[in-house]
Amino acid sequence: MVNESSDPLLRWIPLLPLLAAIFHGVMIGVVRRATPRWLVIALSCGTVAGSFLLSCVVFASLAGLPDGATLVDGLYTWIGAGVGELRFNAELRFRLDALSSVMTLVVTGVGLLIHVYSIGYMDDDHRDDKGFQRFFCYLNLFTFSMLMLVLGDNLVLMFLGWEGVGLCSYLLIGFWYSDRFNAYCGSKAFIVNRIGDFGFLVGIFLLFGALASAGAPTVDFAEIRASFGLISEMTVPAPFWGPEWRLVDLIGLCFFVGACGKSAQLPLYVWLPDAMAGPTPVSALIHAATMVTAGVYMVSRLSFLYAAAPVASAVVAWVGALTALFAATIAIAQTDIKKVLAYSTVSQLGYMFLAAGCAGYTGAVFHLVTHAFFKALLFLAAGSVILAMHHEQDIRKMGGLRRRIWQTHAVFLIGVLAISGIPPLSGFFSKDEILVAAWTAHVPGHLWLYAIGLVTAGITSFYMWRLYFVVFWGESRASHHVREQIREQPPVVVNPLWVLAALACLGGAIGFPQVYGDALGIERSHSLNNFLGGLFPVVEHHLAHSTEYAMALAAIGMAGAGFGIAYLCYVARPELPVRAAAALKVPYQLLLEKYYVDELYDALIVRPLVKLSDVVLFRGIDAGLIDGVAVNGTARGVRGLAAHGLKYLQSGFTQSYVFLMIVGAVAILGYLLR
Amino acid sequence: MVPLDHVIGLSAVLFTIGVVGVATRRNLIVMLMSIELMLNAVNLAFIGFNRMWPGEPGAIALDGQVFVLMVIAVAAAEVAVGLGIVISMFRNRDSVDVEVVSLLRW
Amino acid sequence: MQLDYQLITWVTFLPLLTGLLLLIAGGMARTLGTEGLPDSLWRSIGTGSMVLSFLLSLQLFARFDPTYTGYQFIEHLPWIPDLGIHYHVGIDGISLFLVVLTTFLMPIVMAASWKDVSRSVRSYVFFMLFLETGMLGAFVSLNLFQFYLFWELMLIPMYFIIGIWGGPRRIYAAIKFFLFTMFGSLLMLVAMLVVYYLHFEQTGLLTFDLVAPPWSEASALLDTVIPTSGVWWQTQVWLFGAFALAFAIKVPMVPFHTWLPDAHVEAPTAGSVVLAGVLLKMGTYGFLRFALPLFPSATFDYAPWILGFAVVGIVYGSLVAMIQADIKKLVAYSSVAHLGFVMLGMFALNVQGLNGSVLQMVNHGLSTGGLFLLVGMLYERRHTRLIEAFGGIARPMPVFAFFFGIITMSSIGLPALNGFVGEFLILLGTFLASPWMAVIATSGVVLAAAYMLWMFRRVMFGPVEIEENRKLIDLDLREKLVLAAIVIPIVWIGLYPEPFLRRIEPSVVELLERVERGGAAGSAALSSRVAQVPLDDPAGDAP
Repeated sequence: MVNESSDPLLRWIPLLPLLAAIFHGVMIGVVRRATPRWLVIALSCGTVAGSFLLSCVVFASLAGLPDGATLVDGLYTWIGAGVGELRFNAELRFRLDALSSVMTLVVTGVGLLIHVYSIGYMDDDHRDDKGFQRFFCYLNLFTFSMLMLVLGDNLVLMFLGWEGVGLCSYLLIGFWYSDRFNAYCGSKAFIVNRIGDFGFLVGIFLLFGALASAGAPTVDFAEIRASFGLISEMTVPAPFWGPEWRLVDLIGLCFFVGACGKSAQLPLYVWLPDAMAGPTPVSALIHAATMVTAGVYMVSRLSFLYAAAPVASAVVAWVGALTALFAATIAIAQTDIKKVLAYSTVSQLGYMFLAAGCAGYTGAVFHLVTHAFFKALLFLAAGSVILAMHHEQDIRKMGGLRRRIWQTHAVFLIGVLAISGIPPLSGFFSKDEILVAAWTAHVPGHLWLYAIGLVTAGITSFYMWRLYFVVFWGESRASHHVREQIREQPPVVVNPLWVLAALACLGGAIGFPQVYGDALGIERSHSLNNFLGGLFPVVEHHLAHSTEYAMALAAIGMAGAGFGIAYLCYVARPELPVRAAAALKVPYQLLLEKYYVDELYDALIVRPLVKLSDVVLFRGIDAGLIDGVAVNGTARGVRGLAAHGLKYLQSGFTQSYVFLMIVGAVAILGYLLR
Repeated sequence: MVPLDHVIGLSAVLFTIGVVGVATRRNLIVMLMSIELMLNAVNLAFIGFNRMWPGEPGAIALDGQVFVLMVIAVAAAEVAVGLGIVISMFRNRDSVDVEVVSLLRW
Repeated sequence: MQLDYQLITWVTFLPLLTGLLLLIAGGMARTLGTEGLPDSLWRSIGTGSMVLSFLLSLQLFARFDPTYTGYQFIEHLPWIPDLGIHYHVGIDGISLFLVVLTTFLMPIVMAASWKDVSRSVRSYVFFMLFLETGMLGAFVSLNLFQFYLFWELMLIPMYFIIGIWGGPRRIYAAIKFFLFTMFGSLLMLVAMLVVYYLHFEQTGLLTFDLVAPPWSEASALLDTVIPTSGVWWQTQVWLFGAFALAFAIKVPMVPFHTWLPDAHVEAPTAGSVVLAGVLLKMGTYGFLRFALPLFPSATFDYAPWILGFAVVGIVYGSLVAMIQADIKKLVAYSSVAHLGFVMLGMFALNVQGLNGSVLQMVNHGLSTGGLFLLVGMLYERRHTRLIEAFGGIARPMPVFAFFFGIITMSSIGLPALNGFVGEFLILLGTFLASPWMAVIATSGVVLAAAYMLWMFRRVMFGPVEIEENRKLIDLDLREKLVLAAIVIPIVWIGLYPEPFLRRIEPSVVELLERVERGGAAGSAALSSRVAQVPLDDPAGDAP
């Protein structure tokens, strides 16, 4: 049994933001009186800061414990049904192990910075005077849900957090709901997420069913892991594709469907670009740093399952890689600053899944952490740019901002350096680890995976540098009126950016690869690996140091190439992209219109379904067949029978009645006397 | 002793005449008379049966005849009501033809 | 478990008694020259007696023993002993919550329709009181004849409520509802009499009691051995079919559901809430109390069919709900989908499924009842229920949007709210019984989000384009209290369902054991009969 010790502090980590959210909700919904702004800020940011401090405290206590230890905090039995062998039990219990502690630190830490940033960002919002408090209410609710997700002890509690973040995403994307488009984007996010949740639920059922039939019914992570050996070899008969499937592969695939929905992988990524309709802090927190990483967290949490399910892992890796490439190509042509970052997020998430599928779970988590830093940084900096440009998001109307808003420029540059993978910033180390994992994986075609990863790194570098150059260099293409107003945002907005920039620079330290550590004489330099090591199946790979150096150089080379081409196209010879777009009209259109995927879904799924429901089901079967033929038809038939047949019996002639009576009497007598 | 067959035969004939009368005649008074005929035919049958099976020796079996008295009483009551209806009908329609009052119809 | 005073009888008959007393008092007042009792007095006393009934039913909840698996608070009085008709009431874990739900919803419904109904208020209050007694009587009856009596009885006030205070097509809807339901019930009556007759044949005792009261040694209908083969109209399969038809129409299961959209759309708000909240549960309750225990072998045989129909109901109901233009009709079809879940869990025939099914009955009453209340509030303001007549309502009515949001989320099964607990247990149970059915049914979760959120978006979000919507007044105190009363149990059951599940489970386990015993015995009887056939008998029909 896992070494557990109880820590009652754990429950306060999610509970503090929840209390703030409830307070805000009550003030807005019930009391209906304006809360002073300072109180809203103090409560919201204070509770998240409290959660962050608590996260640090429990992290410290966990670090002090021996490897593989966990802290637990149980409250009560949430859902319990059944007896004996089929007893289903979902406790409300929190478990902090190494993975959860990393996640809570990221969620609360980055979350705190974004809360502070929002004070300044949402101040600008004059559209809805209750909007400020409502925004922080939703943000706190989201923080609570995300913490429930990462601290939950069992699959069902995790699902609670999973759907909770979906709900908050819905509320926050459609925050300015008076605009029909925003509400639509929010709904789209929720519904596409739900399609993923379908997979998640089926995964839970499969897992529970399998464990129950093996005599160990449970949904707790620790117990599943302990009993996992009982089901790792079970098979199910396959309806197609081979004689039988391994059960763990099926379970892994189902859970991965859930991850695709939440973490925006192919084919369920379509909600993320549209989620940019929400305020920029939302995009930073939810759609870069935390919610979308829930899928990666889930796969890492179930790493023991994926380690035993090679088919599922292969699917994870391949889908991740293809998504990374696919999204990166779309990002090349986008003209909205947030859309570029959105597709970049999809692409980077693909990297994380690529690592996870190749059994590089530490790499996936490492990239999750560094991505949280630099992507949040990029989004928040973009928000600063948008505010400076008076709510303009089209990069074709920007330009020359590096002198006017130099702080935003500086941090944005740091972010771009990080995401391109330029050492010694954090992005380089995490991306490198992913590529190493792909190179040494046992997934079929893993060398192709490596190639895709490398090429995508180049494309990433290209479109990020393109974004940077178009926005910050050159002459300003904004209107004169806007140009006058461009100025830096207040410190409450800018200071979190500097913190994130520092983290993006230095974050690589937690994952300093052993290869360089050896060269520099540092033992056990990969702190993250050491910390998480006990959790994940150990993958030893013995790459020659020269191979590792070569791979690192290749990555840097790709990043450099991307930088070079971007510089060429957008600074030195700006007419090149225009000529290229004109020459390659069809590919350019495809990229600009995101491969028409949304339109495809609409035409193939949404519209036929609505048509089917309306014409066939409602009008045809319900109104026509059941109501028309059966119900009203019976009524009409009975009426017809009475009107055209039976009524003639009531002739009014006494004699015919007498006649009928005689006939009847004779018949009865005849029957009785036969 | 009149054989039972004759009594029952006569009763059947009278009953049939009565039935045909009710079924075919349109005059309400004639229909009432036919109904009377039917009732009396039944009376005849009762008496015939009563005569045929007197019951235990020494006991006085008068079931049939008692029943005949009851039928006569019922017939009298029915005629009274029936003639009342006839008078009411005549007052309203100046006719005792049954087809004139076939109003409760579709 | 018996008490010195008859708690169940009081809970059940207090409303009707109040109604009759008010009638008499009004009549007496009229003979004294006045206009009878004023409307407000009727309303207050009527609602008050419903609240009193609710408080008494809380007593039932508090004194309910969760460890005892039989019926509790039993009362048994001979009524027509020669025919075996007795007044026999009692509750177990399944009916306890339905009784509490009924007594809880009725005062809320009265409070919600306080201003809604302005003509013939006295009749309205009387019919509501009558309806409550009818529904409660059906839930607590343990005598089959008495159950049938109450089952038919509550159709009458419902018919009047729809027919008098309803919408434009109310007469059509009321008659359709009445005749459709009665048609099924007639077959059930015949089946009831067959079971009665079989019991008489086997024991010489004429009784309609389902179980014998604990102090009596007499046998009861549940002890009847209903054959699985033999004379066709005596077999379990046909008898179960007859009972199932009546209940399936009530649930409603596809394809017997078409009375529901019309009845819901044309009924007044209060009628819809009661219809959705309680009346629909009578169908599912009937399955649990009568059809499953009496015909266990047929239950096993029919289970795959009913699971199939339930899944069809879920998917069909959701898809048709999606394209509705009238909000009330949309919610009505969503009821079909939700009750498909309930039937799914029930016929999974395991503890999780049945637990989830019973809990979901309560959940559905709360969330769909809440939705109808909300639609009613919109209708009171704008006299239309078409989605296109609204848009951007969240701006003038933010508190309404808040409640609507929570109840919508409950309806689509968001965790931490009640719908999730029920749906999850149902799907888990179904998966353990029949994985593919569960997978298809889980897609219903996606569809529910699709149609509810689409409707929510078109009604609540977006710009306020229609002028009248700008001037809409938000909820007043009465409406807020009514909705809060619904939302609090929604959140409670979502976060802490243990008190409910703990009381439901023993009765469910007992029911399952009985079904499994009967099912095994049935198939054992069949195999033993086959074994008796001599080998040289080609026709195989030796006695």
